[in-house]
Amino acid sequence: MGIELLGKTNFDFIGKRKYAFILSVVLVALGIFAMVQLWRGQANLGIDFAGGTSVQLKFEKPFQLDRARQVLEANGFKDSELQQFTEGNKLLIQIKKAAGGERVSDKILAIFTKEFADNKFVVDSTTEIGPKVGKNLRDDALIAILVSAIGMIIYIAWRFEFSFGVAAAIATFHDVVAVLGIFFILGKEVNLLLITALLTVAGYSLSDTVVIYDRIRENLRLRPRDFLGDVMNSSINEVLSRTLVTGITVFLVLLALFFFGGEVLHDFSLALLLGLAIGTYSSIFVASPIVFEWRKGKKVKIRTRR
Amino acid sequence: MWRSIQLRAGLTAAFLALSIIFLIPTLVDPLPKWWTKFLPTEKINLGLDLRGGMHLLLEVETQKAVESALDKYASEIKDVLAKKDIPARQVERTPDGKISVLLLDAKANDRFSQVRADQYGNLKVASFREQDGKFQYLLEMDPREAKAIEESAVRQGLETIRNRVDQFGVAEPVIVPQGDKEILVQLPGIKEPQRAIELIGRTALLEFKLVDEENSLEEALKGNLPPGSEILYQKVAEKDTGVVTRRPYLLKKRALMTGDVLTDARMRIKSDFNEPYVSLDFDSRGARLFDQITAENVKKRLAIVLDNNVYSAPVIQERISGGKAQISGSFTPEEATDLAIVLRAGALPAPVKIIQNVTVGPSLGQDSIDKGFRAAIIGSILVVAFMIIYYGLSGLLADWALFLNIVYLMGALASMRATLTLPGIAGIILAIGMAVDSNVLMFERMREELRLGKTVRGAVDSGYEKALFTIIDSHVTTLITAVVLFQFGTGPIKGFAVTLSLGVVINLFSSLIGTKVIFDWVNFKKQLKRLSI
Repeated sequence: MGIELLGKTNFDFIGKRKYAFILSVVLVALGIFAMVQLWRGQANLGIDFAGGTSVQLKFEKPFQLDRARQVLEANGFKDSELQQFTEGNKLLIQIKKAAGGERVSDKILAIFTKEFADNKFVVDSTTEIGPKVGKNLRDDALIAILVSAIGMIIYIAWRFEFSFGVAAAIATFHDVVAVLGIFFILGKEVNLLLITALLTVAGYSLSDTVVIYDRIRENLRLRPRDFLGDVMNSSINEVLSRTLVTGITVFLVLLALFFFGGEVLHDFSLALLLGLAIGTYSSIFVASPIVFEWRKGKKVKIRTRR
Repeated sequence: MWRSIQLRAGLTAAFLALSIIFLIPTLVDPLPKWWTKFLPTEKINLGLDLRGGMHLLLEVETQKAVESALDKYASEIKDVLAKKDIPARQVERTPDGKISVLLLDAKANDRFSQVRADQYGNLKVASFREQDGKFQYLLEMDPREAKAIEESAVRQGLETIRNRVDQFGVAEPVIVPQGDKEILVQLPGIKEPQRAIELIGRTALLEFKLVDEENSLEEALKGNLPPGSEILYQKVAEKDTGVVTRRPYLLKKRALMTGDVLTDARMRIKSDFNEPYVSLDFDSRGARLFDQITAENVKKRLAIVLDNNVYSAPVIQERISGGKAQISGSFTPEEATDLAIVLRAGALPAPVKIIQNVTVGPSLGQDSIDKGFRAAIIGSILVVAFMIIYYGLSGLLADWALFLNIVYLMGALASMRATLTLPGIAGIILAIGMAVDSNVLMFERMREELRLGKTVRGAVDSGYEKALFTIIDSHVTTLITAVVLFQFGTGPIKGFAVTLSLGVVINLFSSLIGTKVIFDWVNFKKQLKRLSI
């Protein structure tokens, strides 16, 4: 026989919506600020979008990060960004200026072969991306995300009601933007892998929202005369244990990825962990309260046939 | 009822067997002989980010192909005019992509018009000017012809690069066009990325040009370049110090012969100096041409020029009629081998520019696989344990559904020969999260129904029924986004969308049929009083 974390609960989620809105506005403002900074090229945009060169080296022995920086600066790479992974003596060098004719990665390798002659290394990865490619990639990603948001609103509007569709889109946008904002504050890099993580967050948050909407729809049909706020509150409470259990399982997987997945998956799983928390919060405190504010005076017209 | 249970159980088992059959080639290596005869051999490939390798995006500078076509027209016209004794000057390509022709008198103009109408009807007159009895033409190429040249430059470039990569010997390379003038090259598991770039990115235009010995090199270096000549350099490496100097040559611009007449090129070693060189074999046309060139220019110097670098400029001692030549320089054996490969595969019709290069070393790739795999195992154990602790025996069913999901998904990916990348794994994680969620949704519903006092069978049925629409809604919404991302996204986003949409569809099947059938089976066989949930 299994166990139960939550018995029957009766929290007033809708009543707390003012506090939630304040928090969400702060999160979204932060995220939008981050987006503006990204647009202006002020944020830590990965070279896959900005264009440039990145080289990751794996040394045999530990090395001094300062020395690596000096060596690069002495050889004319002043704008390089260095990052050290102590596990495995790894060094990541990024130069965010689109390479011209000459191959920057070759030069960097030559410098390190010469200056670190006593400490051999292997090349883990090199990336060189022209400015045009980065721009194309960004535009493609934006178009894909926009169109999928529209498709989603249409489906939810058809299955539920227009206000539900828009609210779900806002909640999803809220989550993606909030994670982006937090990453910006943390100074983490915005690259293609983060975009994938954000898409995953959007997918999770969306299905979380739909689950709650579904229960609201069901209860609206059972109790057509009750206040919308009451119906919403009891619906959220009814699915609360599901929200918690699913959240915990996904959390467990992400925790494993975060701690054991290696450096490539580290930031990726961090974004997903943040997204999991914010996505769960937003389905309860953003998606439903928006519908509530929108429809509180009027009757919600839900499709009666399923 | 019993028939329906049989049918659903059969379907689940059949799909499971099919998935496992498709998965075997990925897991077992080498496959037994009898397997390859009758059963599928498609595999899941690991993306370059996971197994290491090189990803190049090349932009073909198609404009250059158009320019060289214009140059060819200009030199042809010049020859024709000279042959017909039509006095003309400035027959050349202008910087803005037209051909200028200056005719010196009215008679020349008439005769040129005739030649143009007869032989060069495809060149339109962009402008015509008469001044002081001279006639200035600007001819331009039909935009459709230019377009065709550009397209064929990309197509031929693709073929040539494929040839070179094949000869270099890379397992499972991907070489496909992308967009209008881009070529995507993926070389998995490549060990010497620098060498591969040299090999692929090189234009490899081989030309034989006469050294201009009538004019002085010194004068030309000062800036008085005689018309029809050019200065090209030879890189000379000092044997002892390794210092590279550039030696200038004054060459006739016109190439007497180009590399398209080669039938073979091989790396060989000069026995007396132990020095590698590249031997060239010409086809019959090339042999005839070379014979003629050497016969006409005995005691003159003939420069061998590759991509505008002079390799050597030997004096022609005597007429050479065997259809063979050689390129020597200070090569390492690898350089000579690679040069032979590019010459054999032929020149690129237009230079290419590398606009994206992502190379992942084999060590990082292996590292990512190992760590990702470990994380996945740990994560799975945690989830499996949690479901059993939380939902008892029913949790075991959820784990079964999870197992079905993963095997189905991997089987489907293998049957499609899909390439698994890091973003693809992200899609799988999300799909698996949704699979767990489906079961949680059903179980929570069943608990609610049990709390209302329903029988086990009633609770299972109505729990499933009520959760069904929630599951469909959340899956369809996700599916819509995934399909759109697949349609509009590129590269990594596409990889994410493929695994996610497959995962969502499979999950609908396995959670709605795969687990339910076991509940029904148990309920059918005996009336359960209590349900472990």
